[in-house]
Amino acid sequence: MSCARFDNELMTPKLKKQLYYDMLRIRRIEEAIAERYHEQKMRCPVHLCIGQEAIAVGVCANLTKEDYVMSTHRSHGHYLAKGGQLKAMLAEIYGKGTGCSMGKGGSMHLVDLNVGFLGATPIVGNIIPIAVGTAFGTSMKGENKISVVFMGDAATEEGVFSESLNFASLKKLPVIFVCENNFFSVYSPLSVRQPKERDNLSLVNSLGIKGDKGNGNDVLEVFELTKKAVVNIRKGKGPYYLEFETYRWREHCGPNFDNNIGYRTEAEYLEWHKRCPVKCFEGMLEKRGILSDIEIGEMTKRIDTEIEEAFHFAISSPFPSEEELYQHLYAN
Amino acid sequence: MTKNPMEREITYAKAVLEATAQCMAEDASVYIMGLGVPDPKGVFGTTLGLKDKFGDRRVMDMPVSENGMTGIAIGSAIVGLRPIMTHQRVDFMLLALDQIINNAANWHYMFGGKMKVPITIRLLIGRGWGQGPQHSKSLQSIFAHIPGLKVVMPFTPYDAKGLLVSAIRDDNPVIYIEHRWLHNIIGEVPENIYSVPLGKARIVKEGKDITIVSSSYMVLESMKAADYLDKDGISVEIVDLRTLQPLDRESIINSVKKTGHLLVVDGACHTAGFAAEIIATVTEKAFSCLKSSPQRLTLPDLPTPTSPALANFYYPRTINIINTARSVFRLPERTEEELGITHDQPLDVPDKSFTGPF
Repeated sequence: MSCARFDNELMTPKLKKQLYYDMLRIRRIEEAIAERYHEQKMRCPVHLCIGQEAIAVGVCANLTKEDYVMSTHRSHGHYLAKGGQLKAMLAEIYGKGTGCSMGKGGSMHLVDLNVGFLGATPIVGNIIPIAVGTAFGTSMKGENKISVVFMGDAATEEGVFSESLNFASLKKLPVIFVCENNFFSVYSPLSVRQPKERDNLSLVNSLGIKGDKGNGNDVLEVFELTKKAVVNIRKGKGPYYLEFETYRWREHCGPNFDNNIGYRTEAEYLEWHKRCPVKCFEGMLEKRGILSDIEIGEMTKRIDTEIEEAFHFAISSPFPSEEELYQHLYAN
Repeated sequence: MTKNPMEREITYAKAVLEATAQCMAEDASVYIMGLGVPDPKGVFGTTLGLKDKFGDRRVMDMPVSENGMTGIAIGSAIVGLRPIMTHQRVDFMLLALDQIINNAANWHYMFGGKMKVPITIRLLIGRGWGQGPQHSKSLQSIFAHIPGLKVVMPFTPYDAKGLLVSAIRDDNPVIYIEHRWLHNIIGEVPENIYSVPLGKARIVKEGKDITIVSSSYMVLESMKAADYLDKDGISVEIVDLRTLQPLDRESIINSVKKTGHLLVVDGACHTAGFAAEIIATVTEKAFSCLKSSPQRLTLPDLPTPTSPALANFYYPRTINIINTARSVFRLPERTEEELGITHDQPLDVPDKSFTGPF
């Protein structure tokens, strides 16, 4: 599998540049977090999505601000791709009162209601029915919104995955299930978790749900398959399942590389590194004359300035007060 | 309770049904789902006729997927609906603990108050007719232990209606626990919609010698015991908790300050049960008022046995409450024969209307 299998002649150069910019931005934000993590000031687990940016960007580029997205422990990319505020995300990771969850949630519980990012949870699979529920709720209310839920490959092993798909299909709900298959659940490979005969597409098809599998490192392919799903749903044809293969570059949780500890090989990592979603797309755009080195330089500078400002905001923000500990137990 | 002959009397089950119907009529965002909700038996009569009134979109049966469907209800609540979920036995709902504890209870807090989860989860508990280890647990202390949940256990038909209305109108997840043996009891219930505030206990009966704190079905047993104790010169005050979380500590403490003695009667297992919380509260806040060590009467630390013979030994009854209260005053035990307590029906059913199966 290559990293950018095909170009899309119909897509405007402007949109292509936007997709590139969004991926580059997520990449650089995640790298900046990794770089500063050793300072021990971001005192919560972080699950970086470096290597997996194309899925977040390709999916969210098909959604409107009114559509809903929900995600997992590895949600930074999804939050940012949906338009979540960077400052509020970093402040949340720093445990500050200005964080998107006011310091109550941390990296694993991001939220930005202004852009329809309804939340993320790290209990594997337990956000899936929440997304089916928001789709159920919006359809009960007669709203024309799509709910999208990101999950990892291990979430498809949870009982609640089948339960949620079953109901989504029964009620023909406007929900897209996006599985990011990065082959590992922490250190446990697919081979110890799923029989080799297992095929999630056949599985969801048997529940009456359409689906596609694709290259998760190719942002155009992700974009096109998601577009197909969105069109299907807007026509009222019910839920859709998308599964994309990709690879997490860093350790499951934290800023480091861990190819040396023995659960995967350096060679395997390098193979995926060659298929870097950002670099491959960059190469293609340059070759087509859509993107120049100068533009890349300008984009990088703009992103880095934004990142600097956001870190400054997060670091200089006050911690929540003791009084705030007791706030938000109950809603009034 | 003084009776107004003009007041209407209905069963507890009817009161639950009426609260549901009136809340659905008042607020289009309220819907109810659960296994068997629209079926001919209507969850022991508590959902009968709702589908005809409100249609099958708002009165739903569901796939047998307790955890997934709870998550779906939570998701719908996040976007503005007010789901009521029913479980015919608390034991089935254990499959949904992840969604209730990890998601519903935390959601408002962990996202900094940005979203709310107004969901009511009706759990039926009960006993008798050989329901056994997986059909008759009482797990209120588990739910009361989870920050973010509210837990109510109505005893009277009046409270069943008023507390359910409050639960549905509340913006938080509320665990509403109804004891199967209360469904057939009759009490005064106004026809109009009204609410009973969450978090307020009720003094069922005033007395001066000992406070009995109880909830749900065990309040009924406590009231029977109080009649006999009163005749023996022990004046009992009964506090019906109504809500376990948030707990009305003030009403409990005020009562014990008056009587100086405390007995907690809880229909769940002993160790780490809710009775321990009541006793801890009183010893922390009103230790100097206590004239004797507080007592608790609970189920033994055992799974529920199925055989009626074993169940007879398992459940505390009126006589056990009487004797535990008497022991506080160092009075000798009395027997059912002495007191004239007779059982005109087997002990595994609440009244003659129960002929099984149920």
